[in-house]
Amino acid sequence: MTLTFLIIAFLIVAGTAAAMGFRNPIHCVLALTVSFAGIAALYLELGAQFVGFTQIMVYVGAVAILAVFAIMMTHRPGDPETRIFSRNAFVGVFTAAAVFAVIGWAILKQPATSAATQPASVSVQQIGASLMHDYVLPLEIVGLLLTAALIGAVVIAMDRKEDNAK
Amino acid sequence: MTPLQACLLLSALLFAIGLAGALTRRNAILVLIGIELMLNAANINFIAFWHYGPQPSQTTGIMFAIFSIGVAAAEAAVGLAIILAAYRHSRTTDLDKMNSLKG
Amino acid sequence: MIQTLDQVFVIAKHWLMGYVPSPLQPLTSAVLSIIPILIAFPLLFAITTWLERKGLGRIQNRLGPNRAGFNGLMQPIADAIKSLTKEDVVPLTADHIVHFLAPLLLVVAAFLAYSVLPVGRNMVLANLNSGVLFFFAVGSVVELAVFMAGWSSRSKYSLLGAMRAIAQMISYEVPLVLASVVVIMQAGSLSTVEIVEQQAQYTHGLPHWYIFTPWGILGFILFMIAATAESNRSPFDLPEGESEIIAGYYIEYSGFKFALFFLGEYLGMFATSGIAITLFLGGWSAPLAALTVVPSWIWFFAKLLALIFAFIWIRGTLPRLRMDQLMNFAWEFILPMALINMFVAGVWRFMAPGIVRWLVCAALVLAPCVVLAALLKRKKKLQLRTYSFAE
Repeated sequence: MTLTFLIIAFLIVAGTAAAMGFRNPIHCVLALTVSFAGIAALYLELGAQFVGFTQIMVYVGAVAILAVFAIMMTHRPGDPETRIFSRNAFVGVFTAAAVFAVIGWAILKQPATSAATQPASVSVQQIGASLMHDYVLPLEIVGLLLTAALIGAVVIAMDRKEDNAK
Repeated sequence: MTPLQACLLLSALLFAIGLAGALTRRNAILVLIGIELMLNAANINFIAFWHYGPQPSQTTGIMFAIFSIGVAAAEAAVGLAIILAAYRHSRTTDLDKMNSLKG
Repeated sequence: MIQTLDQVFVIAKHWLMGYVPSPLQPLTSAVLSIIPILIAFPLLFAITTWLERKGLGRIQNRLGPNRAGFNGLMQPIADAIKSLTKEDVVPLTADHIVHFLAPLLLVVAAFLAYSVLPVGRNMVLANLNSGVLFFFAVGSVVELAVFMAGWSSRSKYSLLGAMRAIAQMISYEVPLVLASVVVIMQAGSLSTVEIVEQQAQYTHGLPHWYIFTPWGILGFILFMIAATAESNRSPFDLPEGESEIIAGYYIEYSGFKFALFFLGEYLGMFATSGIAITLFLGGWSAPLAALTVVPSWIWFFAKLLALIFAFIWIRGTLPRLRMDQLMNFAWEFILPMALINMFVAGVWRFMAPGIVRWLVCAALVLAPCVVLAALLKRKKKLQLRTYSFAE
């Protein structure tokens, strides 16, 4: 566990804990952005350059902006100050801690196999070739899915004022 | 602890924090953010196994992560659209108050 | 001799690295590569502010600044002193931490984008395998900084300006990336160094620049339009139009932070011009084979200055676009043209080289242009204005 990995891990965990713990939702999303950037740095350190830059472009550049737009459109500053955690918060935290305990035990119980640590570097040409040869069916299906999601999101969030006015 | 186990523990911790947030926060958008964090934790798992696995020249782990990022973005868009539509109906994003199907 | 002049910075860096002990070598190499970027581009920013004010003044039939030195050449220094000594006013109800971090994030993202630009032969900071993707990823961080600036000021004008700016930047980001995909299709690589090296070859003295192809010309025009919109420059400067919303999302910033926003915007403009030069105009290569005696970095900065002059010219000439005109332009003209351009680039690749290929591709490019432009000009029925929030 090198120093770089420890710094990145600390950044990710701190960002995530802040994202789930802050009171103001916009602060939560900004902490989430720090967490996403940390995850992208982890991908770059593990040698997956393409995935790391895609993570920044999609998550930081699009999903975070979408989340802040949604918060802006649904957040009235005159709202009464409510509690940020629901009444049954203890159950949720206990469940999450139990899940972490089980997964952590499963991970640490594994025999430490000597993994082949040859430096992994896949070029973009290889990714493109495998997208077009081995994974062409998932690619087309994901394209169809994204189109459906785009049209669906627009239809669901569309203003129905003309229906209300009639 | 091998580096692979360290990466996996990090992703398990991220998953647990995202799950805790999704189960306990009252604002609907923050629940969606918790779900996004869980998806990211799974992606870290894929890339960690790709890097420390037996055949890093095969692009399977990277492919899975790329498709997962794409699908997660689409799901975030649709989820936020649904939250906006629900807000328009019930005037609140508080999940504890959205407890009846009447309307 | 010519070779030495061309590689003078690389040779100087190697000479300096010889004095550094071996364990510190990677860190010193990175620092020595970063320092010229941190010096050259802010210097270019200072020169551009002078050039812009003089140029705009001349286009508008007046002298620009001419008091601060001979012909106003000390004006950037006067501006710097003014912005450094102004009081830093932050609104009482503003979110102080986010308000402080927004200009920092903007400037950091703008500087990060320079690391994949090949300024000269062998002169790139990071020869990444997916350099173009890195550039666009870092460019999309700018939108978050704009939102942080607009929201943290807790002012209606700044929030409105930020919303407009983000809507505009998101709308034009897709055509920006699609307009550069044609170059990636032809070059077969996402690495900026390789894209420039493929354009630096000459046949009969003329270079293989991608702008000399029909899809290249259309791609360059679309890229420059999208780059103008991404940097919030006129005619797309509704988010910061001084006569409308008085500086939009950075209205509550003063002094040095305002100067940082200004710097970040201009650095973004230089970065997108730089990547346009790398993708379409051949990077550091000379226009004619006979002119390769001039060093490569001089060619890069000459092309950059030409593009900056084009930006200033357009700013002084065209009126501002309205928000709905801007959005219509992006989604109904630029995006379909970018997709058709990708089709034309595919046709180009699979036809045999010759004049027939040129004419067929030019026709395939011009016909949709005319059709889409006619569709864009049809009159809009203006309705009663309704304001809609999420209710």
